[in-house]
Amino acid sequence: MLAVNFLLLAAVLFCIGVFGVIARRNAVMVLMSIELILNAVNLNLVAFALMNNNQEGQVFALYVIAIAAAEVGVGLAMVLMIYRNRKSIALDELSEMKG
Amino acid sequence: MLESLLAQADMNGSVNVAINIAFGIIATVMIFAAFSVVTTKNVVHAALYLVVVLAGVAAQYILAAAEFVAVSQVMVYIGAVMVLFLFGIMLTRAQIGKEEGLNNNGWQLGIPVALLLFGLMAYVIVDTYEDTVIGERTPFATEGISDQVLAPFLVPFLAISFVLLAAAIGAIVLARKD
Repeated sequence: MLAVNFLLLAAVLFCIGVFGVIARRNAVMVLMSIELILNAVNLNLVAFALMNNNQEGQVFALYVIAIAAAEVGVGLAMVLMIYRNRKSIALDELSEMKG
Repeated sequence: MLESLLAQADMNGSVNVAINIAFGIIATVMIFAAFSVVTTKNVVHAALYLVVVLAGVAAQYILAAAEFVAVSQVMVYIGAVMVLFLFGIMLTRAQIGKEEGLNNNGWQLGIPVALLLFGLMAYVIVDTYEDTVIGERTPFATEGISDQVLAPFLVPFLAISFVLLAAAIGAIVLARKD
């Protein structure tokens, strides 16, 4: 098993997630792309834990999972509030704060 | 890469073919599903493809000898986060099925950005870890994780518990109807 396998897979997932964040207009789908990015990072952490024979990477992966759960909860609550106020969750229509 | 695999075969007498094949199959499915998440025109399908990606990540954790993280991944992501996503989709739109206007006007800009980023990362990764071989490992004991969490990483652990509490209360306050 080569270390490059895991790292390249994580890089592919990360780049697909970045593409999704840039390309998507729907706020829920942007949150899904962010989940892809976080999972790519977790995969890297676990792969490095395996490579260095050290469990700290797995602990960090668990912490990232916890933070991701908190992030998606607050994010979806915000999306829900925006939808209730504007009847739309298209991100390019939220331009009130534009100067 | 091939040379280092062959060198490993010379050293150990055999490459663990089964693990490499399993990795390849799971990775292919994951990349296909991740690509579908960002390209499909149906929001519900995107959420279901995301389940495939998350399950694939859990399977890779098991291949990487991290069972506890894999179980947490299944429970937290597939069990909780996906339900949240499906509720979010359900509560923010009535439309079921294909839908136009899911992409930004300038969405093509994302393609060169993603390709450039991947090229850079792939170059750096291959350049650094080209010959690093992960040998056979006995699985880590879950006890080790609890030792790490409760002794050296106790302060971040408590901080995360506060973050989760604040996030739960914040989500309730934000989503409440009044």
